Amino acid sequence: MKNIINREIPEFVEGYGKVIPFAGAFTTLPDMQRQAPKVKTIKPHQSKLVASLERVFKDIPVQNGMTLSFHHHFRNGDGVVNMVLETAAKLGIKDLKIALSSIFPVHAPLVEHIKNGVVTALDTNYMSGPVAQAVSLGILAKPVVLRTHGGRARAIECGQLKIDVAFIAAPAADEYGNINGVQGTAACGSLGYAFPDAQYAEHVVAITDCIFEYPLAPVSIPQTRVDYVVKVDSVGDPKGIVSGTTRITKDPVGLKIADTAARVIQAAGLIKDGFSFQTGAGGASLATAHFVRQMMEQQDVTGSFALGGITGYMVEMLEKGLFKKLMDVQGFDLEAVQSIGLNPNHLEIGADYYASPFNSGCTVNMLDTVILGATEIDTNFNVNVVTGSDGVIMGGSGGHADAAAGAQVTIVVANLLRGRLPIIVDQVLTVTTPGETIDVLVTERGVAVNPRRDDLKAQLKAAGLPVKEISDLKALAEQISGAPEALTTGNNIVAVVEYRDGTIIDVVRQVEA
Amino acid sequence: MELRRTMLFIPGNNPGMLQNGGVFGADSVILDVEDAVAPGEKDAARLLVSYALRNVDYGCSETVVRINTLDTFGKEDIRAIVPCQPDLLLVPKVETAADIKEVVSLVATAEKPGQKKVNLIALLETPRGIAEAFSIAQADERVVALALGAEDYTAALGANRTKQGTEIFTARTMIINAAAAAGVQSIDTPYTDANDEQGLLEDSQTAKHLGFKGKLAINPRQIDVIHEVFNPTMHEIEWAERVIEAIRIAESEGAGVASLNGKMVDAPVVNRAERILYLAKLLGLVKEAEV
Repeated sequence: MKNIINREIPEFVEGYGKVIPFAGAFTTLPDMQRQAPKVKTIKPHQSKLVASLERVFKDIPVQNGMTLSFHHHFRNGDGVVNMVLETAAKLGIKDLKIALSSIFPVHAPLVEHIKNGVVTALDTNYMSGPVAQAVSLGILAKPVVLRTHGGRARAIECGQLKIDVAFIAAPAADEYGNINGVQGTAACGSLGYAFPDAQYAEHVVAITDCIFEYPLAPVSIPQTRVDYVVKVDSVGDPKGIVSGTTRITKDPVGLKIADTAARVIQAAGLIKDGFSFQTGAGGASLATAHFVRQMMEQQDVTGSFALGGITGYMVEMLEKGLFKKLMDVQGFDLEAVQSIGLNPNHLEIGADYYASPFNSGCTVNMLDTVILGATEIDTNFNVNVVTGSDGVIMGGSGGHADAAAGAQVTIVVANLLRGRLPIIVDQVLTVTTPGETIDVLVTERGVAVNPRRDDLKAQLKAAGLPVKEISDLKALAEQISGAPEALTTGNNIVAVVEYRDGTIIDVVRQVEA
Repeated sequence: MELRRTMLFIPGNNPGMLQNGGVFGADSVILDVEDAVAPGEKDAARLLVSYALRNVDYGCSETVVRINTLDTFGKEDIRAIVPCQPDLLLVPKVETAADIKEVVSLVATAEKPGQKKVNLIALLETPRGIAEAFSIAQADERVVALALGAEDYTAALGANRTKQGTEIFTARTMIINAAAAAGVQSIDTPYTDANDEQGLLEDSQTAKHLGFKGKLAINPRQIDVIHEVFNPTMHEIEWAERVIEAIRIAESEGAGVASLNGKMVDAPVVNRAERILYLAKLLGLVKEAEV
């Protein structure tokens, strides 16, 4: 069958189940109760400390076929996932589903666990590196479920992603299970992506290398939801967890794009008191914050909040009074980690509060504007951030589709040509984010506005921005590089791409080795 | 007269930059096969630049190629590049009118029948070149501007290069005067610290005050700052409009000289006002009807 954006998807996917087709960004509504894990109790003065992971596995007990969940705040420095799976393998446990909010190159040992049958299913919002490569080549019999950050929170809360055991990598914990991300040697800042896991998993295990005296303060994840505390030698490599200061790109084309994106925001009339903003940490996205900041300073504007993954640059804007609050679901650098621990206006928020579409209000809904990237964008403004030009999985939505849906003006920034390939195509290989939620594409050679937003188009034109039709920008790119041949993929479905509401927006098919 | 507020250097051996050179909004792009390119890479850069001139759309930017000196690779550069019809050649280390005449004769020979005439900008970067500025500017009608290259010049003088630029004050004013006397443009030396926006701003303001019509740029990030300086300000535009209005009224009353706020408005003041309004119109800062 075809979903509403004309993507060919099966009605039933082996290993996933019945497919509900994507029907529009705000069309499919919830019709269920919230997930309710079993109620717990603990006797006074009973210890939660457990000597080893093996002991925890036996106490719970972890069994074949269970779903184990993890957060990705340690990014490429994570040691916990590999440690837990090594324990599972050692104990001969098979057929596990791993719900890890993002998968990085450091998780390469997963490939071996998949080959040995320890792991047979993956559920994630982003994947890159050897695991993504192996998945693209068809290593798993069941398709990977690729969700958005908000969609994962929704799936957990609505009981569609049922977690048996949540293993929460904790930079700091006390013996009674209070956890935060701002203390300890592996401090990573916000622990927001682990909040839904802690609330809804049947069993919750804190894994830490720094036990602090009871009671720990501040508390991100409370003792009331944590069943076990395990101390290990090291939860990860701090060098892979946070970088030094995230710097503004020096690439002149990236800066040109960022400057234009800031002008778009200005032309849309958004640079005024109360302004709210989200942007990524990479290339032109972060550089846009730099140009937006200059405008805010020149016009003496105080913004309301900046949202999302937080960098030192946004921290500086908070400290200079350009934003009143930072709402932080993930910290990218040391400055962000330090700030969230010290500054009361730098708030830690959970994935559900950030972006889940099925609750009484998530924060992306309050955004004026968001700056997003794209691997590919088609002439209907559908965006791919999952697969590369070779069809291999190299990313995922993360918060892309969530913020795009929520913001009043959603801006995609991209070089018109990447490598030797035009960024604009007739049909993207994989749709992550539907075109109806993308308002403007900014490239170094012009700006295209979604035909749904004639109001915005008129504003941008009036401001003298180089507005062009997206088809003209595509033609311009092809004039330079030629039109690339379309990629052919196999039939086997290696991943289903779930929209934030749980419908299927697209599937990823296997590529040849 | 062409607008040359910014002339942006693009390394001739960098395909990515050659492809994107037109997106930054510089008045001119200078595709450089001289200092940006190592001797072993001259052939490759010449090929790349020739291809770029024929195939890349530089939008509103005028195309300029900085060739090598004639005693190195300049003759080969001219033979290969002139038929690709750049708007201009930037000729480095020009010291005498004879240097220009030799380049002109090579360019004329290299031009295909019916092609666009390739004009020249003389880059003066030696004490001798500065001393001969006027005769260089007058050497041939193809010369449309003189530009200052201060790094080589100060090295030859044995002077220290400073942010304030006192050591190049004489060279700057000599070039500006020679160019004005010969009726061509004068273009200032680049500001070489791309990370120092404040320094660039002050250096550009100095250049504009002295009379330069534009400035060489070594990084796309410098363009907006330089444009901001060389664009007429709203204050200047309003002043110019009042001057023109005052002289119009005076002329209708039969007088050749007017007065504005107690100051005399005569021909040189009117000329200045006209130039400001001409630039403002070119840049779309005022509407046609207002001028």
